[in-house]
Amino acid sequence: MPDSTFLDSTELVLNMGPQHPSTHGVLRVILKLDGEKVLGTECIIGYLHRGVEKIAENRTYIQFNPYVDRMDYVAAISNGLGYCLAIEKLLNVEAPPRAQCIRVILTELNRIASHLLWLGTHALDIGAITPVFYCLREREEALKIFEKYCGARLTTHAFRIGGLLYETYDGFEQEIKDFCKMFIPKVDEYEELLTNNRIWIGRLKNVGILSADECKEYGVTGPVLRAAGVKWDLRKAQPYSGYEKYDFDIPTRETGDTYDRYIVRMEEMRQSVRIMQQAVEGIPEGPIMAKVGKVVKPPVGEAYVSIEAPKGELGYYVVSDGSTQPYRVRVRPPSFVNLQALDRMIRGGLIADVVAVIGTLDIVLGEIDR
Amino acid sequence: MADEQTPGGPDAASPAKGEAAGQPAKPAVEAAKAAPPKPAPPPTPKPAAPAVPKPPAIMAAIPWDSDLARELKERFGEGISEASTYLGQNFIVARPDSAIPILEYLKLEADFDYMVDVTAVDWPKRADRFDLVYILYSFSRNERVRVKTFIADGYKPETSVGVHLTANWLEREVFDMFGIEFAGHPDMRRILMPEEWQGYPLRKDYGILQQDQRWVRENLEIESGQ
Repeated sequence: MPDSTFLDSTELVLNMGPQHPSTHGVLRVILKLDGEKVLGTECIIGYLHRGVEKIAENRTYIQFNPYVDRMDYVAAISNGLGYCLAIEKLLNVEAPPRAQCIRVILTELNRIASHLLWLGTHALDIGAITPVFYCLREREEALKIFEKYCGARLTTHAFRIGGLLYETYDGFEQEIKDFCKMFIPKVDEYEELLTNNRIWIGRLKNVGILSADECKEYGVTGPVLRAAGVKWDLRKAQPYSGYEKYDFDIPTRETGDTYDRYIVRMEEMRQSVRIMQQAVEGIPEGPIMAKVGKVVKPPVGEAYVSIEAPKGELGYYVVSDGSTQPYRVRVRPPSFVNLQALDRMIRGGLIADVVAVIGTLDIVLGEIDR
Repeated sequence: MADEQTPGGPDAASPAKGEAAGQPAKPAVEAAKAAPPKPAPPPTPKPAAPAVPKPPAIMAAIPWDSDLARELKERFGEGISEASTYLGQNFIVARPDSAIPILEYLKLEADFDYMVDVTAVDWPKRADRFDLVYILYSFSRNERVRVKTFIADGYKPETSVGVHLTANWLEREVFDMFGIEFAGHPDMRRILMPEEWQGYPLRKDYGILQQDQRWVRENLEIESGQ
């Protein structure tokens, strides 16, 4: 008998994904395991690569606008806002106040929708089945507002370079107010299900810790950074679209574990409601479109514009050669950069935590692969 | 490739706007960079206007005047050929071999501790074909700066992973899309495209419908991905 059998081997390499419900898309993670302990991981990405940046170079500025919705498709409105702001920067125009205000309302509503999808699926991954139904119920209300506003629920193409195409529909303000009023108790309801739930705490506390210094080292932004105690939000640090006018807090936590990231995102939903309530009270009158012209043709130059998307810093680096087509559009996706920290967060943890950590990073593969 | 080229249209005069503002003398590099790199659009019937000589379009950047810019110039001298501002966004143009020391200096001495992005732009007609762009941010200053270098095809810039860990995947993507290989990178492989793929999709001479036929045939068992 050989004195070593396969049972003696201590290391096991396990392939998770690309078809796995907990990887939130087509992410493949190769895990190196010692029993239940994770020794290391490697992410294989690119299954959803559509060459969005290449397409941009072959479309006009206006034609490319709907494509950006297909990156982070659960927060399409944020993508659109970032792109429009970048081109507006190159053109040196600003959207009129009314357009900015409506943009803020819709973007915050989209942040809530995005966080709701994150919460539902994250809880489902951990084993709590109920929250996903609650979350999708409220997300539906948000999507209905998008649909009424621009005709699409997911890939909305809500904004145009220079402002908005559509005026608000009749009753828009009232529906936003109703949503805000309805939504705050719902967040408490989710919290009731999860925040003090022993299993929830047991699965999330001290799992996937990423400290503030590590976040900066890895370029990780968004709720992950804030959960590590860095009070940094682009809406406050470098306000755009009139965010400086609204009164809201940046929720932060200290340890930077999965539980803290959960608390931060829950609080962010409440803050988004606060912003929406203030914005909807004072939507200015006036035009919704700046003078941009039918042909968008920015002067030669380049600009980097970034916004606080639900997942972190979403940046567009656009180079113009003075023609109607962008010479180069680089998208700096938050999910791509955040995912890089997965290995650091999970090394030494348990295999069951992998699912929790992927969920807490709130990645969208459409944005990672572009 | 340029099948979607839209004719210049009514506001062909708009690039001149940038011209008027851009009085300060440009370093030669900048002018070279701005030489229109697009393939000439197919001759379209233009409205019968007398042939006005089109002004060469250049980015209307103005010199970046700040303590940091002076500090950097003093410290790196020849290593920095330009420090400018365009639309309120600051950037410096560095010699390829001094890019990493500059990133290091900015991180350790000037607190630019967050590397936002690494990317590249392809200008096939230029001698130094690629712009390599590092975008940095400082939490304490709440300020961004871009460090740009111009590198030739085949030049292997030093990796910045030693300065910012986040550069790992970002540089892999630049390699994947442009074929710029980073010297000393711990894991220089493709990241989004399949590893055996031939060609670098974001280069300007890579057509939008182009693909690696052999890879598609062998791995997808179809003749074409279209």
